[in-house]
Amino acid sequence: MRKKLLIVSALTVLAATSSLAQKINGAGATFPYPIYSKWFSEYSAAHQGIQINYQSIGSGGGIRQVSVGTVDFGASDGPMSDAQLAESKVKLVHIPTVVGAVVPIYNLPGVGQGLKFAPDVLADIYLGKISNWSDARIAKDNSGVKLPNQEIFVVHRSDGSGTTYIFTDYLSKVSNDWKGGPGKGTAVNWPKGIGGKGNEAIAGMVRQMPGAMGYVELIYALQNKIPYGAVRNVSGNWVSGSIEGVTQAAASVKSMPADYRVSITNAPGKDSYPISSFTWLLIPVKAQDGSKGKVIKEFLQWMLDHGQSEAAALYYAPLPKEVANKVRGTVAGLQ
Amino acid sequence: MVLVKIKLQEAGVAGQSGSPSRGRTRSGVDSQPEPSLVRKFLLSRGSSAFADRTFRGLMLLCAFSIFGIVALIATELVLRSQMSINKFGMAFFFRQIWDPVSGDFGALPFIYGTLASSFLALLIAVPLAIGLAIFLTEMCPRFLRSPLAFITELLAAIPSVVYGLWAIFVLVPILREHVNPVLAKTLGWTGLFSGPNFGIGMLAAGVILAIMILPIISSLTREVMTSVPHTQREAVLALGATRWEMIRMGVLRNARIGIVGSIILGLGRALGETMAVTMVIGNRPEIAKSLFAPGYSMAAVIASEFTEASDDLYLSALMEIGLALFIVTIVVNALARLLVWAVTRGTPARIN
Repeated sequence: MRKKLLIVSALTVLAATSSLAQKINGAGATFPYPIYSKWFSEYSAAHQGIQINYQSIGSGGGIRQVSVGTVDFGASDGPMSDAQLAESKVKLVHIPTVVGAVVPIYNLPGVGQGLKFAPDVLADIYLGKISNWSDARIAKDNSGVKLPNQEIFVVHRSDGSGTTYIFTDYLSKVSNDWKGGPGKGTAVNWPKGIGGKGNEAIAGMVRQMPGAMGYVELIYALQNKIPYGAVRNVSGNWVSGSIEGVTQAAASVKSMPADYRVSITNAPGKDSYPISSFTWLLIPVKAQDGSKGKVIKEFLQWMLDHGQSEAAALYYAPLPKEVANKVRGTVAGLQ
Repeated sequence: MVLVKIKLQEAGVAGQSGSPSRGRTRSGVDSQPEPSLVRKFLLSRGSSAFADRTFRGLMLLCAFSIFGIVALIATELVLRSQMSINKFGMAFFFRQIWDPVSGDFGALPFIYGTLASSFLALLIAVPLAIGLAIFLTEMCPRFLRSPLAFITELLAAIPSVVYGLWAIFVLVPILREHVNPVLAKTLGWTGLFSGPNFGIGMLAAGVILAIMILPIISSLTREVMTSVPHTQREAVLALGATRWEMIRMGVLRNARIGIVGSIILGLGRALGETMAVTMVIGNRPEIAKSLFAPGYSMAAVIASEFTEASDDLYLSALMEIGLALFIVTIVVNALARLLVWAVTRGTPARIN
């Protein structure tokens, strides 16, 4: 009898909470997943009855799912194309959340952190035009560094990824040969090198093979203490990937477009790190379910007021002040 | 010997089923007043015709669900890859380009990579697995038998992503530093072991697949070999055969259907393996003669690129790769069936 009572009361409690709980589902980019999951769990803890589920299924999947309305919001590392926006059944806005960077990593015994890569050199290494570490064009920028006479083992991501998008977007901007050849995308037709699945595989391959070179997210290089190179920015300064450099790049956007679809690779500014990018949440302008729309709106406001300060602890750069203020205005206009 | 005696006795009992001695025991049982529980149940339940028919229908449904599932997969794959089929036609399966940015796709390097890595794996795993099975069933001292068998079966239980990680951090460095240089020096002239040595590449994929399918092939082969009647072995030995001749004529000859079957199962796993392969094959859609060169497989490209494939043609091309994998698996399995059929056609006891 007592057992039955217990079950009944448990069920009523369950029913009561589930009717109160507001479940929001999102899906998309893997790159910002660590910070998103921290935000969502903190927000749920602070706001009783609200639960935000985020599945990091990849930017492509995020765009597809939010476009047909199977999830309440999406997330992407690359902005949606005009064609994708036109095709989408749901009218969407891009909301930038944090800024990330991609760094070139390498394994050269005897050579430490901070090898310098000129933009054209970086492109030509990945195009296969520079195939040896002792090449005069690499040596020119790195006087004083003893570069071995060794073949460059080029490593790239084999899985479609936002990291590849940012990297190839940059290469397309600094090299006409790259722009006319492989181009930019989450996966491209690589002229050279071997592919590894995920950041771990890239890091694993580069660490093992002397003479290897690859690219990973800044967070990954920092957390795993992999030596990474400096890149020359538009102003001619050599800049290593860092939160400050990334923030500078984000702040360099003088006229932020109203839809925030802006590439900040090769950004101007004295200290800007050139291989940086925003990552975006894709939010329906008008939510199908008004109460869900209200929750998402409140979350975005919380993200701008409180969430941003937590980004740096996870090696993401927060939005520059001006951008954050502009985003606040956009969020206020959501229905 | 004991086993043979028991077998003989069983055969004797079966052979005498109509004899008077057996009749007497039967009547002895019948005269007991209390029928057995099974008999009581069977008597109490009435006619079974309806239940039998229902059961038969149900089982038929189960069997036909397989057709349903296969048909569903095939139609779904064809429908979803419609866009790519319309654009590239049959040429899709013979083209060597994979360019997601400009939307130009072809499946040949992936088909080649899947087949090449799988057959390489068979080439390494089959002799090893059969040798292991022969040792375990015919020559292994008793105390070693169960630990060896246990460890082989343990290999089959390891998840493939663990194999992949192990391959990246252990196998690939070993290949790069110790095995590949030797291969290049001794067999480099064939062209199969030349070019830059990354460690990662087709050879690494073949080796890791071989390790993964080894336990499947060896444990099934062992199973089949154990089921060969002892009388066969004893008969061959009695005729004056050496141990090896006994294994060849008495055991392998009889077990060959089962062995081919186990190889087919191993091949099936190798064709579809995704995670471990994608971690070591180098993921480069290219057909190279050298086994040191990187390649790509069908399962690997689907797993790698599906999540981020945002435009429709790209997605459709990946679906068509899935269709290609489906077709390749069916063709390879059909060929394997033909092989089994060809092997089993002959009379079982021939020596050559």
